[in-house]
Amino acid sequence: MTEETITLEVTRYRPGHDREPRTESFSVPYRKDWVVLDALNHIKDRVDGSLTYRWSCRMGVCGSCGMMVNGVPKLTCSAFLRDYHPGPIRVEPLANFPVIRDLVVSLDDFMEKLRRVKPWLIRAVEKPVSEGEYRQTPAQLDDYKQFSMCINCMLCYAACPVYGLAPAFVGPAAIALAYRYNMDSRDEGYRLREPILSESVGVWECTFVGECSVVCPKGVDPAAAIQRSKVAGAKDWAMSMLMPWGGRR
Amino acid sequence: MSEARPQRPGLYYPKMPLTWWLGRPGYVRFMIRELTSVFIAIFLVELLVLVHKVGQGPQAYADMVARLQSPGWIVFHVVALAFALYHTITWFKLTGVVQVVRVGDHKVPPSLVVAGTFVAWGVVSLIILYWLLVRS
Repeated sequence: MTEETITLEVTRYRPGHDREPRTESFSVPYRKDWVVLDALNHIKDRVDGSLTYRWSCRMGVCGSCGMMVNGVPKLTCSAFLRDYHPGPIRVEPLANFPVIRDLVVSLDDFMEKLRRVKPWLIRAVEKPVSEGEYRQTPAQLDDYKQFSMCINCMLCYAACPVYGLAPAFVGPAAIALAYRYNMDSRDEGYRLREPILSESVGVWECTFVGECSVVCPKGVDPAAAIQRSKVAGAKDWAMSMLMPWGGRR
Repeated sequence: MSEARPQRPGLYYPKMPLTWWLGRPGYVRFMIRELTSVFIAIFLVELLVLVHKVGQGPQAYADMVARLQSPGWIVFHVVALAFALYHTITWFKLTGVVQVVRVGDHKVPPSLVVAGTFVAWGVVSLIILYWLLVRS
């Protein structure tokens, strides 16, 4: 009996050779327990070893294997072939990012933005270790916890048309992480992050399309983080107008 | 809003097609929400003109009201009303995402925040309706 197969239409791009990406079709075994990443691994192992893509954990934790699957940003390790049966399945590099080779995109822009929003706990004065931990109530933890689940997979950037049109936009994940630290009761870095968030390419560039939150594989809501940062920024501005001598937090 | 970014040689920089907003149902809904603003803006200009006509006297106001009763304006008002409702409903539904409401240590569920905006909208609409009916 012949084994059932499914077709993958994979974007290929060889820097230095190709002027622009092209599509190559591969026929792979159709197995109900296979995900798109398994199919790509099959191609790389058995058909064409030059196929280039990122992956690591294969379990939705590392955030490396994000690609466009039938035009939707997905972690390919959790995109089952059976959900796209009978195919073909279009696999492309994440939208809105420069392509390095085949399905690998450059994340340099995001890394720079991530560094700028200072995604770490900032204290005005560090408490000596001898004084113990910075304690939090469950309610304080709840304020930021969902935003701390981000795995930097970049699906939100691939779903954001604002980032596609204006690449200078700080973007969903970086702002969500800035918000995560701003909302942390242990953090005192709001004033250091605020100039980055309130610049023209910060939160105000967002037009609340909301697809960043729809595609997030970890249930983070970057759109909410951005809108809440807008509210905080607007309150800050209003307070600075009303009380120029020091109404801001 | 588009700022050029420096391009590294060897990388392929994708361009967004003009039809990007047809790519996902969420993009289409977003574009409709943005488009509603145009109709609401036109209606607001019309309202300002109407107020201006009131200032010019009863005849100017009556002439304007007569003009607004033409089929074209009625169609526009029906479309503008539909868009205003769409905008209002989508906006209120987003309130639960944007506004975190706390009562003491407890967070009010987003669905209740959204329900609160709809109730407030209903109450205000009823008050206006009552005022209009009593006046007429």
